[in-house]
Amino acid sequence: MNIHEYQAKALLKGYGAPVAQGVAILKAEEAEAAAKQLPGPLYVVKSQIHAGGRGKGKFKELGPDAKGGVRLAKSIEEVVAHAKDMLGNTLVTAQTGEAGKQVNRLYIEDGADIARELYCSLLVDRSVGKVAFVVSTEGGMDIEAVAHDTPEKIHTIAIDPEAGVTADDVAKIASALALEGVAVEDAKALFPALYKAFNEKDMALLEVNPLIVMQDGHLRVLDAKMSFDGNALFRHDDVKALRDETEEDAKEIEASKWDLAYVALDGNIGCMVNGAGLAMATMDIIKLYGKEPANFCDVGGGAGKEKVAAAFKIITADPKVEGILVNIFGGIMKCDVIAEGVVAAVQEVGLKVPLVVRLEGTNVELGKKILNESGLAITAADDLDDAAKKIVAAIQA
Amino acid sequence: MSIIVNKDTKVLVQGLTGKTGSFHTEQALAYYGTQMVGGIHPSKGGTNWTGSKGETLPIFASVAEGKEKTGADASVIYVPPAGAADAIIEAIDAEIPFITCITEGIPVMDMVRVKAKLDKSKSRLLGPNCPGILTPEECKIGIMPGSIFRKGSVGIVSRSGTLTYEAVFQTSNEGLGQTTAVGIGGDPVKGTEFIDVLEMFLADDATTSIIMIGEIGGSAEEDAAQFLIDEAKKGRKKPMAGFIAGRTAPKGRTMGHAGAVVSGGKGDAESKIAAMEAAGIKVSPSPARLGKTLVEVLKG
Repeated sequence: MNIHEYQAKALLKGYGAPVAQGVAILKAEEAEAAAKQLPGPLYVVKSQIHAGGRGKGKFKELGPDAKGGVRLAKSIEEVVAHAKDMLGNTLVTAQTGEAGKQVNRLYIEDGADIARELYCSLLVDRSVGKVAFVVSTEGGMDIEAVAHDTPEKIHTIAIDPEAGVTADDVAKIASALALEGVAVEDAKALFPALYKAFNEKDMALLEVNPLIVMQDGHLRVLDAKMSFDGNALFRHDDVKALRDETEEDAKEIEASKWDLAYVALDGNIGCMVNGAGLAMATMDIIKLYGKEPANFCDVGGGAGKEKVAAAFKIITADPKVEGILVNIFGGIMKCDVIAEGVVAAVQEVGLKVPLVVRLEGTNVELGKKILNESGLAITAADDLDDAAKKIVAAIQA
Repeated sequence: MSIIVNKDTKVLVQGLTGKTGSFHTEQALAYYGTQMVGGIHPSKGGTNWTGSKGETLPIFASVAEGKEKTGADASVIYVPPAGAADAIIEAIDAEIPFITCITEGIPVMDMVRVKAKLDKSKSRLLGPNCPGILTPEECKIGIMPGSIFRKGSVGIVSRSGTLTYEAVFQTSNEGLGQTTAVGIGGDPVKGTEFIDVLEMFLADDATTSIIMIGEIGGSAEEDAAQFLIDEAKKGRKKPMAGFIAGRTAPKGRTMGHAGAVVSGGKGDAESKIAAMEAAGIKVSPSPARLGKTLVEVLKG
């Protein structure tokens, strides 16, 4: 789960991290009052969408010469003008895709005098099974490009979960970032605070890009991107409350209510599969036969009939779907449960597109029997290859 | 021969009294008499568990007690996500040599905590978020469907549960059969990795070929490929086929498994396939052709 920059900064501020003063607004009329709460004379107006590259992004509705999704303002009047210009329009960035994202929230922030821009992120380094800081002196730009072009400029410092961030760790980070003077003192508080926030809130990623050294030598968190471990949300009601559903695909929201792993894609063959690996492999084999999957959908191991039916309904509700492939290799999931769920869903919402079902594994005979006796127009497949061929042929017919 | 588990392996079940634990314990007992020796429940110690066909197993209050009274050398965990990490730690503290955690959806930070404990212990952990391990006609730990297995010569290791079944099913249909199939699981922080299992398959005389199934995310496949290259230089090499799931997955999106995500320009399918091919693994473009690909490799 992702949250907005202003929410991430508020959270970090609670852990004592240095962030600028700022006010989030939903309407252009609120811009003047928001700016008046800030010291000035420099302001920054920032689009709040769940995607990066906002500064270089362009608004669809405005001309190519219009300014991007993050703008400087030197007066309150300028703040108001920018707010009117940006709110409600669609920002297209390198990360949003061509469709872009509508800007429904702005964050108006006190401007900073930047001396240096640095990069700092925290993530779980899976190769060692520890939380690690990834830092670089090359802040404010695309870190993937830095990693590709100058990998020696990226430093990874893994943290021992039992010791936490030690003085030695801080010294390593400070040295990697070439910090000096008061910034070194700030670092002693900042990096342990970021680590504490990451741990306590079960984050998946905390990216501060850029982390800045200001003209006065102090550190400040200038931007913050935060995402959380979906598996840990059950113990963080405060984080769940920050979810902005307008940033998410409606089908994915419905799927998440049923605890289904679902990702909307652009193709036209709907897929319902058990197991993430098999679900990806099913997408891959559809592509191998020349078509594109409409979604990734893993109904998981412990799904009951209702959950299977819900998944089936979400898939059929996608207007792009011209055919459906159900591919189940039962282990923890029993084939008869899948069969009952599919039959129940079809009886409720009907079936307007070809449906190919491949069942194998636990209780397979019982599952096949349920499908056969349902009287529904279901094409049975013998194996994964046969299933992929049959659904591709069916939508081409 | 086989790896890790065989007919002598004695297994305790943590989370036996739940629906999932019960169902799969019945299946394990029915699979060539896998030695399921007891269940664990903190408040039901001293009682008995009864399966749907009248099978019974003793319940112990703790893993330590269960181990002491049964001589168990393995445990399998079906505990729900919120308590699963503590269940693993209990098994580590009881010095269970081989722990399998089936549970999906454990918070990553919990697994960071488990990993720190595990690294200082003598226990081996398989999973979490995995289908378990099965040695045909001897021992079934976890949720793999026993009916598709056939005793044979192929060692199978996979990050994905259901793709493990595909590899098993296809090698059975080709008449090759398996020595042992190991599902290492789809979480980013886990116990046993590809390299650990490959090392054991290389050392096992009965295993004469290997199937390795990876997926997008992380660099475990690349690390395994480097390991195989290094071992081949020492003269240790077996014929291998493989598959990588997620060629068509969009960047930056987590595909079901918490660990299956291409991020920071790392973990995409193409680089994994290239690394595996460089290590001499024949990578099948289709998940439906794993068995046939291995047969082609074996024919030379």
